Amino acid sequence: MSMAATQVVRSEWTKIRSVASTVWTLGLAVVVTIALGMLISALSKSEFDNMGREDQLTFDPTFISFAGTSLGQLAMIVFGVLVVANEYSTGMIRTSLAAVPKRGTFLFSKIAVATALALVVSMITSFATFFLGQAMLGDLKASIGDPGVLRAVFGGGLYMTLIAMFSMGVAAMLRSPMLSLGILMPFFFLISNILGNVPATEKVGRFLPDQAGSKIMQVVAPLDDDVPYGPWGGLGIMALWVIAALVGGYAVLKKRDA
Amino acid sequence: MIELEGLTKRYGEKVAVNNLSFTVRPGIITGFLGPNGAGKSTTMRMVLGLDRPTAGDVRIDGKHYDQLKDPLTYIGALLEAKAWHGGRSAYNHLLCLAQSNGIPTRRVREVLDTVGLTAVAKKKTKGFSLGMGQRLGIAAALLGDPRILMFDEPVNGLDPEGIHWIRNLMKTLASQGRTVFVSSHLMSEMALTADHLVVIGQGRLLADTSMADFIAENSRSYVRIRTPQRERLLDVLHGEGVTAVEAGEVLEVDGDKAEAVGELAARHQIVLYELSPQRASLEEAFMQLTAESVEYHAHDGQPAGPVPPGQQQQQQQQWGSEWRKG
Repeated sequence: MSMAATQVVRSEWTKIRSVASTVWTLGLAVVVTIALGMLISALSKSEFDNMGREDQLTFDPTFISFAGTSLGQLAMIVFGVLVVANEYSTGMIRTSLAAVPKRGTFLFSKIAVATALALVVSMITSFATFFLGQAMLGDLKASIGDPGVLRAVFGGGLYMTLIAMFSMGVAAMLRSPMLSLGILMPFFFLISNILGNVPATEKVGRFLPDQAGSKIMQVVAPLDDDVPYGPWGGLGIMALWVIAALVGGYAVLKKRDA
Repeated sequence: MIELEGLTKRYGEKVAVNNLSFTVRPGIITGFLGPNGAGKSTTMRMVLGLDRPTAGDVRIDGKHYDQLKDPLTYIGALLEAKAWHGGRSAYNHLLCLAQSNGIPTRRVREVLDTVGLTAVAKKKTKGFSLGMGQRLGIAAALLGDPRILMFDEPVNGLDPEGIHWIRNLMKTLASQGRTVFVSSHLMSEMALTADHLVVIGQGRLLADTSMADFIAENSRSYVRIRTPQRERLLDVLHGEGVTAVEAGEVLEVDGDKAEAVGELAARHQIVLYELSPQRASLEEAFMQLTAESVEYHAHDGQPAGPVPPGQQQQQQQQWGSEWRKG
């Protein structure tokens, strides 16, 4: 890393640690993911005896414990959006680019710092979610040593990190926190789920970033599973979405006036 | 030194900055004057590489802004009242800027002290008054101890004490041999601080002159006369070859002719109620200057048929040279 980039990374770290939104978005992501995962794990255990034979056979205790991700990822989206788009909404972008006129260095230093922080928080969240969720599942629980489980837990951390990165790219393209959140939140909470589960759109919907990426957290595949990619393939598809968003964000920053 | 060469910025059909060429020199305060919307801020944003020029070029000490290594140590800028995250403390705002340009951390405390914000250094900036905000912006500009300083409307929203402080600061910076480039829409403010004046209107260069020359050329002096024997006085003045203009109740005679008019009136036994030498304010001169640029544009937009490009340019040149003749 060049001297200048080291300076900018230090500067971006100061920026990210000195605003309250970093703490509350990441804090919320941790709490919501773990709490909801524990709740749904506990409910699944008590409902297990009432489940159909088929559901009992494909019961996936690891995946169940990650149920809180669907809501916790929204806080991760807010984190990713605010890190980038707050530069625009506050007017800070002009000060930032006057200090660091190399726009690529500016954007990718910012994204590197925010991603590193998101990765640490996501990994801690993912392992905590797994172990606490399994504790709720009692005798139905999976062990971290079981085949595919460590991959799923590790992958859960990567999934959350990639969601944050995707949001950073989208925010860099749209340059407004409200617009970015207004598109990303309903998309990941509702629209993607609908597209991925309705038979008519299922075949396309499963290539959306969250649908493809969440495959990594699955250990037991459903019976009629015809998804054309595996856990790492799914995460790879999600990574392609992230790269596309970041390239788009960089192109916009490079081209537009600040 | 800041050099602008044919700098132009178009937003669609609208020309915000039109073919600006001038040089901002070190050791003096250069005032950048123009009415609101004249293109001052756009020009300053282009100097910093924030906005990309449609045409032309701007260089700082011979380099483009993005070629400067650690640019805050070359040029410090106060851009607008608020260009920072309100949730961050003043100290951390300056710290992240210092780190990005390899400026030692102790400079943060020094500039906070210079602008008088040490007591609120750890407070979130969203609670800052307009004046405190301006001081924080100036602290950021001074952070890298740059040789060039650029202030966009620095006295906006400041109380008299703050205005006084900024004027003295700019004078001190210029006396240290630094380049100081400051914009304003107030002629009176410029008259007090600037040594050199660049005037723009509608994005076009209207004047690039020393302050002393501008004052000499633009403050028209005349004599104001009130008399009950208006017609007689006019006849007498006419007979002497002096032109008087009727301005409502009063007559006005160009130049420093109070004594001559008084003696003439006495010789012809004309009663005078008032005979007073007057000097048009610089503010008036400035308004006249910029009004012409607005007028020129209004003609330009008339549907009388397009002006051939060559002719248009000629018109523009004539108009500019006319102004320079005074």
